[in-house]
This record gives sequence, C-alpha cells and structure tokens, in this order.
Amino acid sequence: MSSTLLSTSEVVRVYGRRLSLLGQGGKPVRAVDGVSIGVARGRTLGIVGESGSGKTTLARMMVGLLPPTAGSIEIDGRSVPELALSDRKTLHRMVQMVFQDPVSSLNPRKTVRSILEAPLKALLGMGPEQRNQRIAELLSLVSLRAEFADRYPHEFSGGQAQRIGIARALAAEPELIVLDEPVSSLDVSVQAQVLLLLSDLQRRLNLTYVFISHDLAVVETISDEVAVMHLGKVVERGLRAQIFAKPQHDYTRLLLSSIPAVRRRAQ
Amino acid sequence: MTRRAYSPLTRRRLANFRANSRGFWSLWIFLVLFLVSLFAEFIANDRPLLVSYDGHFYYPIFHDYTEADLGGDLPIEADYRDAEVAKRIDARGWIVWPPIPFDYRTINFHLPSPAPSPPTAANLLGTDDQGRDVLARLIYGFRISVLFGLVLTVASSVIGVAAGAIQGYYGGLTDLFLQRFLEIWSGLPVLYLLIILSSIVQPDFWWLLGIMLLFSWMSLVDLVRAEFLRARNFDYVRAAKALGVSNPVIIWRHVLPNAMVATLTFLPFILNGSITTLTSLDFLGFGLPPGSPSLGELLAEGKDNLQAPWLGLTAFFVLAIMLSLLIFIGEAVRDAFDPRKING
Repeated sequence: MSSTLLSTSEVVRVYGRRLSLLGQGGKPVRAVDGVSIGVARGRTLGIVGESGSGKTTLARMMVGLLPPTAGSIEIDGRSVPELALSDRKTLHRMVQMVFQDPVSSLNPRKTVRSILEAPLKALLGMGPEQRNQRIAELLSLVSLRAEFADRYPHEFSGGQAQRIGIARALAAEPELIVLDEPVSSLDVSVQAQVLLLLSDLQRRLNLTYVFISHDLAVVETISDEVAVMHLGKVVERGLRAQIFAKPQHDYTRLLLSSIPAVRRRAQ
Repeated sequence: MTRRAYSPLTRRRLANFRANSRGFWSLWIFLVLFLVSLFAEFIANDRPLLVSYDGHFYYPIFHDYTEADLGGDLPIEADYRDAEVAKRIDARGWIVWPPIPFDYRTINFHLPSPAPSPPTAANLLGTDDQGRDVLARLIYGFRISVLFGLVLTVASSVIGVAAGAIQGYYGGLTDLFLQRFLEIWSGLPVLYLLIILSSIVQPDFWWLLGIMLLFSWMSLVDLVRAEFLRARNFDYVRAAKALGVSNPVIIWRHVLPNAMVATLTFLPFILNGSITTLTSLDFLGFGLPPGSPSLGELLAEGKDNLQAPWLGLTAFFVLAIMLSLLIFIGEAVRDAFDPRKING
C-alpha cells in the first residue's frame, strides 16, 4: 500500500568518547544503540520511552542535526547524514523538526514574520511578495490570526508558540516532520488542540510524522505505529492497537501500568 | 510591503532608551561636548576667524598669510597675537577672534603672574606651567581622548566579538586552541611593550592605538564566547540549522543579536577603559608625544604643581564628568536592548 519514507537501520550514537590529555575521558554513553525503524508515507510513527532513553538523540539524527556514530538513516532512498553534509537544502525541504519547548525554539528577538521568513528565503528563495502571502497562508493553516505576524514570541501562550513552531516547520513544505515532544510542555486542554491541529494538517497536506513523546496517552491518540525505546534500544514495535492491547515486552507493560489511575477509570 | 523607517522593535528600543532620562540627557550632553570639541579649531585658536584688511577678507584658520600680505615688511607667517600686527590691521580693518584666542600650543606671554597662573578673564581656567591656556588644552585634549577611545573601542569590539563568536559557536578544538592562545597572549606585559616601543619610535596617536588594540580586543572575547556557547544549544539555533540557514548567517542573524545585549552593556565600560588607559599612559609620559594636549598630561602637571590647584581640579572634574556620562549612557543602552522590558 504505502512505501517507506524514512528508515533507520542499526543506528548508533555514542556520546562522550573523546581523547583527553589526562587519561581517558568519561565512560562513553550509547544514547542510541542499534535502532532500526521505519515510517510509511502519510502515517505516524510514535516513539515512546522514558527520559534518557535516546528519543531526542534519534530525532536529531533523523533530521540531520547530529551525525550518527554508526548505521544508516535513509529518507526516500537517500542517506540523511550524507545529505546533511553535502546538500542541506534538499534534506531540509524533505524533513523538518518541531521542538519540545515552544518558547526556546523561537528566537526572542525576531518577530513571527521574520521567523517564518527564514525558511522561505533560505530554502525556497521566495521574493518578498510571495513571502508575505505564504506567511498569511501558514498562519491560517495553524489557526493563528494574520496580525500575529508582527508580534514577538514572548507575547504568545505556549500553545500559540507551538503553533508558530509548527508553521515554521510547514514553511519548508516537507514530507516528513519529526515532532520531538511537541505537546509535553503544554497543559492538557491545549495539548488536545495541538494534537487535533496536527492530525488535521496531516490529512490536508499528506504529511508523515515521527512523533516522540514520553506520554503514552498522547502517543496512543496520534500514532499509527508505535516503537517503545528503553536505554537506547527499541524493545518493542508494532501497530498501535497491538502494543496497547497486548504488550509483549516487560518494559512496555511497566510503562502501560504507570499511566495514572484516573485515566484508567475514565476509559 | 514598503519597509517602514523604524521597525516596531527599533521603536520600542528608542522608547526604552528615552525612558531612562538620565542616560538620555547624558547622551545629549556628551554629544554636544563632543561636537563642540570636534570644532576646537574654531573655538580655541591663536588665529582669528576672519580678518578684514584693506577691503579684503582673510581666513587665517584655513590659510597661511605672511605679514607682508597684511601690510607688514617681513615675508614670514603672520603672528596675529603680536601687538604690531594687530595695530596695523586695526588701522585699516578689523579682526574677529574665536571665543578663546589661544591654541593648545599658544604661550601667553602677557601673564599677570608667573606660570602656572591662576584663572583670569583672559585665561578662564588659568594656564599650565608653560603659560599655555588650560581651557584650550582641555578642549583639544577632550577631543583626542574621546576619538582615541571611540576608535579603540570600535576596533577592539569588532575583533573581540568575531573571535568570541567563532570560539563559542564552533566550540571543540577551535575553542580549545583559541582559548590557549588567549591565555598566552594575555600574559604578555603591555606596559613593558609600550616602554620598549616608545624607546624605538616616537609613539603617536596611531602607534598607540595599534599597540593598545593588540591587547584590548581580548576583553570582549570571554563574554561573547560564553553567550555563544549558551546560545548554540538553543532550540531556535537548531531550528535555524534545520531550516537550511548557513552557519555564518546563524552566527550573524540569530545568535549575535542575542549576544549583543551583554556586549553593548560592556561597550561604555570599554570606552571608559580606553580613555582611562590613554590618560594614564599620558600621565606616566609613555603616551602621546610631548606637547600634545591630553588630559593625562594635565593631570601630571597638576601633580607637579600642587600650588596651582586649578590644573589638577580641572583635569579631575573633566575626567570624572566624562566617564560618568558614558556610564549613564551605557545604562540606558542596556535598558533599550532588554527584550523583556516593555516600557519604563
């Protein structure tokens, strides 16, 4: 049915292995340790795991911000680490990222307009007329009023700021968006709005998502497939229903049972 | 869209700057003083602004005239302060003098008491121990101090910010090697170098500037480096990378503006430091060539002539006021660039 857009095979990332004048440096940490996953066009892959399980490292490698120590990452049949070195423009027109903290991911000294303009200029080379038009389009895509364009990030709430982050990622017209804990710093009602917006955008623009979260409830809402990460390894992966109904791995069961009781009663 | 004259950000910064009225007025006072001192030749000069002689106009500030030109006998440069010359001109025309009829080199030979002579109507702030007008020397000295400070500050900031930005943004080995270089470089004794240099060449304005610049650029490096080390891990820098913005553009457009607040807060202090450095070198006698008007030299004369307090007091007050004005301006600039400060 659908072809694979992004796939990783045996990806490894080691931190802290460096030469030091005084003997060995610290003990190297294998933040991501042999991960092989893939996501099909137009679908959403959820990645769950606790803090320190290597989710964010994996996300950064997927968008080419970090080179992997070993293994390969391919998008549409082309190697991400190689594109990151040789042809960033092509890479970033295919894959974009939305960051966890909406406020720190927006430069406090730039207006929304200049934040959204950067990708239009750098990646698409649009003229000023086109850019203004496109900025208005992008803002309406994420349900923000056009007059917000001349405001500064600190004038927005967390949910609004995250919408701007999403608009910025959409500006490059990517096929794949890697969302690194996009809702975990928002409160619950705003989370729901942003999640709805994301699935709406996915349908309208035929986007592919890699959705990273430590919140199982959120992942359950949005994902088609789920991968569970623990200490840098994927311990279990499968369709959403499968994972949530019949977890195979001990760690997955532990994660599921750690969802607060209020939620279970509500179900 | 047509670009407006000021962006909203610039307007807010200007409003914040104005809201700090002490800094705002300090800036105006300083600008007026500086502008006035830029026209020192028209305010304090031993040549008249305009001479009318025999129906012709003469402009001695722009042009050298001989006594022969003005009805005298000698083919030498006219000394307008000479009683004979003045008398001849007065007979067939008139003279317009600047407010202070002394240059910084002019020696007043008609002092009522031996030099250094106390303030009189002719020498408003008295004269120094060589009979030169203190006010005239002050105006010229102020100009040279401020110009020196400005040039040194701008040049060392540009170099320092560039070095700090490269160090902080790229980090790793680049940072390691540049940091070691800085440690070695900052260990070199500046004062000895200046003393050695002044025994080889006669240090003038540019020599001094050059050798001070060799060392003063380091003052900003640590600060900018720290700002960049912090900022390069911000998500918006990652986002900019993910949006395909090149490294120089990220440094220039995204990180540098955020590092600028810290930098700008430092600038008035660096300017102050530059002026103080020049003054202290002049005070010690390693600065500008002898005879140049300078605040440091005036201080030294004040120290040598404690019986003539107008020398030391003048130098002290001018320095204190100038340095305070600069600090007040610096505070207002810092307020203006504070992104969280809405108004007031």
